[in-house]
Amino acid sequence: MSHLDTNLIQLKNDLIQMWNLVSSQMEKARLTLINGDKDLAHEVRANEKLVDSFELKIDMDCENIIMLQNPVAVDLRFLLSVLKINYNLERIGDYANAIAKTVEHSEKPWPVEIIEGAKIPEMFYIAQTMIQESLAAFEKGDRKKINRLFAMDEKLDKINAEENSIITKLIRDNQDNTSILLDAFSIIRKLERAGDHITNIAEELIFYFDAVIVKHSKLQKLKQNPLKAPEKS
Amino acid sequence: MIQAEAKKINVWYGDFHALKEISMTFKPNTVTALIGPSGCGKSTFLRLFNRMNDLISNFRLEGLITVDGENIYSKDAKIDEIRKGIGMVFQKPNPFPKSIYENVAYGLRVNGINDRKTVDETVERSLRQAALWDEVKDDLKKSAMSISGGQQQRLCIARALAVQPRLILMDEPASALDPISTAKIEELIFELKKAYTIIIVTHNLQQAGRISDYTGFFYLGEMIEHDKTQKIFLNPGNERTQNYITGRFG
Repeated sequence: MSHLDTNLIQLKNDLIQMWNLVSSQMEKARLTLINGDKDLAHEVRANEKLVDSFELKIDMDCENIIMLQNPVAVDLRFLLSVLKINYNLERIGDYANAIAKTVEHSEKPWPVEIIEGAKIPEMFYIAQTMIQESLAAFEKGDRKKINRLFAMDEKLDKINAEENSIITKLIRDNQDNTSILLDAFSIIRKLERAGDHITNIAEELIFYFDAVIVKHSKLQKLKQNPLKAPEKS
Repeated sequence: MIQAEAKKINVWYGDFHALKEISMTFKPNTVTALIGPSGCGKSTFLRLFNRMNDLISNFRLEGLITVDGENIYSKDAKIDEIRKGIGMVFQKPNPFPKSIYENVAYGLRVNGINDRKTVDETVERSLRQAALWDEVKDDLKKSAMSISGGQQQRLCIARALAVQPRLILMDEPASALDPISTAKIEELIFELKKAYTIIIVTHNLQQAGRISDYTGFFYLGEMIEHDKTQKIFLNPGNERTQNYITGRFG
């Protein structure tokens, strides 16, 4: 195995670890919120440093490989994608940290009817599924999973679009919990943004697999014509 | 518009089938890099364009090679005339054992041009185009053998430019040079394509990426892929090309 291959495999393993760490952070942030568990919130906040240091390490490893080994074609696409996926994962890690911080600073536990009424568990479920599915797509080169990520993000967007009226109604009916509901609104936004970051990751995976750029306008076209694996010579 | 073209080229050296069914076109003012492992046929292909393979006794060609629409292998074609219009730069600098001035003037003299003013102007223009003028303008009478390898290579390029060729062929022109001289040659190639069409054989993939607009990948006498250089180096269409350029060949 070449030196480059060894470095790329190591980098891939590191990114998978980063992905799992961020996924775990998001799950802990969910449990923190559902159970009002402040100890777990501390743990999420402590782990945030680990996410940051992982991000720096992966960035630095990418830079070194690009600088020293002149990668091209699929290797170059892999490295460019890893750089951007790494950034997006770190942002999702930030949201998990921010959710934990919100719970940590809450004066009282969140009522279940508010959490469920605001559809927060549903949004967590979709966002966390997206993180796991995107990781599986990366590990296995599964294009079908990438296509499903766009559909899941649309579900998150749809819930998010309903949230203004949901939260307004909840505030009207729960005057004593206005502060919690404002925090809930902030968490909803973070979960919606987490979905956007996974969509960015999906776009990077498409670039890595097929050298196709689907950002912005081209995204619509892709949705109409799902990806197929390229033919081998 | 097409400056040069190869159509269904097959070449044999005796029984050895060196090039197989190769078709390529070269647009004006572009640089095309030919890459591939040693023995893949890329230099043989390059040398078809100034009929250098004719010198090999058991060489046989089928197919059509045109430059500016002219079939350079037609029965009426005059080899000397063809070579006058096609510049060639080799791996090792090969200046004549003459002065710097006479090296550049050589092509003109062969063509019967001896008018002092014309020759002077052409020598200066060619040396300027080859980015060598500022370094040698005060030493034009000095022997070409006394300047550095990098300068000798640029002198050879100036010599090729003096006759205003239709096509410039380069066979690993920087492989014997240090990084600074290599960078100068690469800069020069980049400038020259404004006025010339260039085909270059190189083993240096990074160099192909830096200087060429198009890249052709040769393997075992076949042209596996020919496309824009960005495409070849970002997303080659053929697995063999990808394996070669990423170093996973063989």
